[in-house]
Amino acid sequence: MSHLIILPILLPLLTGLLLLLVPESRRMLGHILSLISTALLTLVTLQLLFTANTGELVVYALGNWAPPFGIVLVLDRLSALLLVLTSTLAFFSLLYTTAEEAPQGGQSFHSLAHFLLMGVNGAFLTGDIFNLFVFFEVLLLASYSLLLQDNGAARAKAGLHYVVLNLAGSALFLIAVAILYGLTGTLNMADMAQRVAQVNPADAPLVAAAAILLLLVFGLKAAMVPLYFWLPRAYASASAPIAALFAIMTKVGVYTIIRVYTLIFGDEAGLLANLALPWLWPLAITTLVLGFIGALAAQELRMQIAYLVIISVGTLLAGVAINSEVALGATLFYLLHSTWIAGALFLLADLIVRQRGVTADQIIAGPMLRQPILLGSLFFAGAVSVIGMPPLSGFIGKALILQAASGIQAVWLWATVLAASLAVLTALSRSGSTIFWRTENRVEEAPKADIWSLLAIFGLMGFSFALMIWGNYAIEYTRGIAEQVMNPGHYIDAVLNHRPLQGD
Amino acid sequence: MEALISIIIAVLTGCGVYLMLRGRTFPVIIGLTLLSYAVNLFIFVMGRLHSGAPAVIGAGDRYTDPLPQALVLTAIVISFAMTAFLLVLALRARAELGNDHVDGRPTAEDDAQ
Repeated sequence: MSHLIILPILLPLLTGLLLLLVPESRRMLGHILSLISTALLTLVTLQLLFTANTGELVVYALGNWAPPFGIVLVLDRLSALLLVLTSTLAFFSLLYTTAEEAPQGGQSFHSLAHFLLMGVNGAFLTGDIFNLFVFFEVLLLASYSLLLQDNGAARAKAGLHYVVLNLAGSALFLIAVAILYGLTGTLNMADMAQRVAQVNPADAPLVAAAAILLLLVFGLKAAMVPLYFWLPRAYASASAPIAALFAIMTKVGVYTIIRVYTLIFGDEAGLLANLALPWLWPLAITTLVLGFIGALAAQELRMQIAYLVIISVGTLLAGVAINSEVALGATLFYLLHSTWIAGALFLLADLIVRQRGVTADQIIAGPMLRQPILLGSLFFAGAVSVIGMPPLSGFIGKALILQAASGIQAVWLWATVLAASLAVLTALSRSGSTIFWRTENRVEEAPKADIWSLLAIFGLMGFSFALMIWGNYAIEYTRGIAEQVMNPGHYIDAVLNHRPLQGD
Repeated sequence: MEALISIIIAVLTGCGVYLMLRGRTFPVIIGLTLLSYAVNLFIFVMGRLHSGAPAVIGAGDRYTDPLPQALVLTAIVISFAMTAFLLVLALRARAELGNDHVDGRPTAEDDAQ
């Protein structure tokens, strides 16, 4: 059995610990170590992607306990894709900090970023619901510390809200897990899927309550209405590489929603089949609408980008709520696009802010930028992609999701998604023209953007171009993932038929 | 025993939620702590209540489910660490914002003092 599957958890953990030992005076050494580790992680996750691509699920029983008794890690196409997404996003976010004298996140920035990666990768890989809770806590604790690294009143306030909300969320998660354990007697998700399908009708309402509690918790992570109010302020006050890294955090919520509500409470869950869908659909559409109102109303550039994240969450959840293979494939395509482009925009906003002096990220007339053409073109490309105008990847993703809707759902989805696109177009035109064109007749004395920061942004935007050029392959691949995810029987068999290794 | 434990959990949760909705950081932290006590008890109860039975299979005729006890242990450790973190954060927010309101805004009551 290959031990490769546990590397996405172990590698960031060991690197994070190692980086704690690097003294502050050898900052560059720590930085290079951190980059090498993320590059290695990218290679490992790519290898896992190829393994998963064969359609076989890899089950790794920790401690060689036979499922369903021990904790298992499960690699399927969906988790492999999200691992690759995480490691590439992390690589470019960390690359961005290369030229900084002192990283914005303080001296333990790199270690904490790796602990965050460990939590995110663990959440994508685990097949055990209590273990999912533990990995959530790992990634949350790292994210709290990352968010609060620097001093500042805005950050302390946003951080306090974020931490308190997530602690309350953790309490709800534990209640839901305890109910599920009490009624099904298992924590293994595959085993739980089987037990939930045969649940005693008398217990069904209680299991349903637990399932909806879980939706609440995952909705908090994904920033779904009405649980998104923490996000804009937290993301806008975080430093750029951290905000870019956080672009994956809402996707962890979306991933867990997809996983739990297709595997455990999916089509085959008997009495409780698809019980989250009637909730998910209106909430997703509301998230979308409130997101674009927020983007229109935002007074600061980074706040505006944070609202774009909320719009993308709304679109993704709507795609999930349609509950068909085609829609889920389109959703996953859009998920790839929106994560990379949100990361790129957060990094780009930081470069723009640095060249605007005291005006910082407020969307008002300010001094001219030192590199208006370069940053302006990047902003334009990013905006085109995120709005969903042809030819970039945002257009393909949105068009696919719209195509997948049918009946009354199509009416709602077309209306809101297109209205959101128009609103984002308006909002970004306003901020772009104010920042780049309505300038005073002087140039702010600011250093030029360094090559590494630009490389990081080019890299992340490059993925948007790649998704456009090789769109056909990407669509085919994501549809393959959707097919595997929508047929959870295979997942359940692979986990429950896993035999422990025999040896001496 | 079931009724008693249920009432204890309900009271703890009720007090925790009430305190969490308060406007100052300290009651919010106490509220979260109470809520996590309630949650820990709840996980424990989900293994069903037995008295006088060891949590070891094969040691006697009767046994209790050992898994919730392990889960509670994990949950206690995590909630303890989170509470410590939140306390430090609340102290820092007090220093940075100049007051102990969760929104960082002093109320009329503070201004009067």
